[in-house]
Amino acid sequence: MERRGFLKASGVVAVSLACSSKSKASHDESPFTEDEFIGVLVDTTRCIGCRHCEVSCTESHGHEVPDILNDNALQEQRTTSEKQWTVVNRFETSKGEVFAKKQCMHCWQPACAAACPTNAMEKTHLGPVKWHPDRCMGCRFCMISCPFDVPKFEYFSANPRIEKCTMCWERLQEGMKPACVAGCPSDALVFGQKHELLDIARQRIYHHPGRYVHQIYGECVAGGTGYLYLSAVPFDEIGLQTDIGATPYPAYTREFLYSVPFVFFGLPSLLIGLNMLACRKNSIQEEGEE
Amino acid sequence: MNQEMESTGTSADTSPRGLKFILSEMKPRGKLFTPFNIISIPVILLGIVILVIRFTKGLGVVTNLNQEYPWGLWIGFDVVTGVAFAGGAYIITFAVYVMKAEQYHRLVKVTVLNGFLAYLFYAGALVFDLGRPWNIINPIIGNKFGYNSVLFLVAWHFMLYMIAELIEFSPTIAQWMRRKKAEKFLKKITLGAVIFGITLSTLHQSGLGALFLMAKPKIHPLWYSEFIPILFFTSSIFAGISMIIFEGTISHRVFRALQPKDDRYSVDDLFRGLAKGAAVAMFAYFFFKVLVFIHDHGWAHFQGFWGIWYLIEVVGLVLIPCLMFAYGARHKRIGVIRFAAIMAMLGILLNRMNISVIAFNWDHAVRYFPTWQEYVVTLMIIFSEVWVFRWIVTRMPVFSDDMPTRDQKQSLE
Repeated sequence: MERRGFLKASGVVAVSLACSSKSKASHDESPFTEDEFIGVLVDTTRCIGCRHCEVSCTESHGHEVPDILNDNALQEQRTTSEKQWTVVNRFETSKGEVFAKKQCMHCWQPACAAACPTNAMEKTHLGPVKWHPDRCMGCRFCMISCPFDVPKFEYFSANPRIEKCTMCWERLQEGMKPACVAGCPSDALVFGQKHELLDIARQRIYHHPGRYVHQIYGECVAGGTGYLYLSAVPFDEIGLQTDIGATPYPAYTREFLYSVPFVFFGLPSLLIGLNMLACRKNSIQEEGEE
Repeated sequence: MNQEMESTGTSADTSPRGLKFILSEMKPRGKLFTPFNIISIPVILLGIVILVIRFTKGLGVVTNLNQEYPWGLWIGFDVVTGVAFAGGAYIITFAVYVMKAEQYHRLVKVTVLNGFLAYLFYAGALVFDLGRPWNIINPIIGNKFGYNSVLFLVAWHFMLYMIAELIEFSPTIAQWMRRKKAEKFLKKITLGAVIFGITLSTLHQSGLGALFLMAKPKIHPLWYSEFIPILFFTSSIFAGISMIIFEGTISHRVFRALQPKDDRYSVDDLFRGLAKGAAVAMFAYFFFKVLVFIHDHGWAHFQGFWGIWYLIEVVGLVLIPCLMFAYGARHKRIGVIRFAAIMAMLGILLNRMNISVIAFNWDHAVRYFPTWQEYVVTLMIIFSEVWVFRWIVTRMPVFSDDMPTRDQKQSLE
């Protein structure tokens, strides 16, 4: 019994250590300001569909720049790709034509980072989710797990990379805003800290109750995201998934992972016990036969 | 070392001398042009060519994998399904070493060997699917540990379990190399390896299911459940048992000459015992499936193609083979048991493929279908495993406790 108690206790300690190290990671000191993630507020009522965010994004990451005047890309629904980390789509809604930008949501508790066996997907202390080429082994479990289908894989390369929006990590280091925000001519994008963005969003809803749906997409979805959306129409009309729920994605595997140490220590003791019983039964039987 | 070997070397047909002995055993025996060889050699060669293209030009050139279906046949069948079928090793070692059900002893070595090779080849096939396989050491050597990842846990358990299975099988290797002392020592640590192995199996069989927990919005609600890990574990029990029966039936015919002549228990008796176990495990699994169905309001999603597809899997390939196992065990109908094993394996295949590929992104307009190259590589993996299996069983004392004699070997050729 003593041994079992010890094993139990050590299991509990291991679990609590795992918890504490996790919560510590998300509260690291940030050079930006206090312990808060940064993000971007997308006000789809202000977006005019000019696709300048696409241009500045591709320019600043050295991708092929789309020809926004001639390529008629708004004719169809597009998803982000390994060569284009943000795209604008046009939606015919109950309140007419609406444009909405798509990119990595930079979840507060990202599924991709929880899924990654090598920590190649990293939730940085500032908030952007970043990919490390020297760690990734290309298993694509991040793509399976991401509820927004954001990470893209280079299927036609011998040295493939996982590509997705980084919220312009390099620009942030130099004190600049993300390229899409800087390139937006209509003030549809606001860059800032989580509480600032939520304040701005709530203020806009409060002052123009007729213009907006009284919800902020990203405040709760998947446990909260770095990109927040305001909209005049229900969110599913502008291509945002509404079937995701408010649970942070890592929570779906947490129970399983927490049960691991208990099985790891508990099951062997059970098996040893069963083995002793079986041996005893056999020896009694043999004696009986004699 | 050399001295010890010479002193223990008996008057068997080849006297072992280290490297020379292994080299002499490497030599192929038997006819080259058997039907199996004629089919398997071109497939293996073609598979190698495809893999060269895959590693030089990228995954997309030979597979139909895309941004919406990051995992296809190589993960869904080779890894997820293959590992379920390899579950027989932990079941049989549990019965024999832990519960002391000695009558199953003659099935142990061949099942453990099968399990080990399955992990080596099918889980090893994971490497072909990795985009950046040169970083595969990252989660192992410890420079980057993703503690909170299910895949990290599964990868470690695969590795540790392969070591445990190698230890379980190692007395046979020692016997083959005629190292009596090593054999004695390795037999002593078997029980430890078995207990470690069962624990690891429990965790990674369920862990394979837990991989899909975060894919909640993508998997059809009839297949997604928060209890996937428990369902995967329960089903791995009868997947393993069915594989033992299936594989045992085949190798009993193909390697008839290597089977022990007089054994207290006939293979049919053992299969009947296994069928009983499979029936119980399958009924528990079916019952659990029904509970999950009711708990998750399955009726709301039970319609159209997916409803029928679900019914085929759960009733057609779980409940019916379950009843067949029970019937066959009770009425000594070995044919029914064998047929039930094949049906149960199809059910497992369908279940694993549904969760990882078929019912994954089920509502998308463009579906994934494997390319012929993906099938060829999968066949290549299966065939190469059979080659290695055949090489081992014709040289090591796998089917019986004595070394294969020259007569036995010759009668195979």
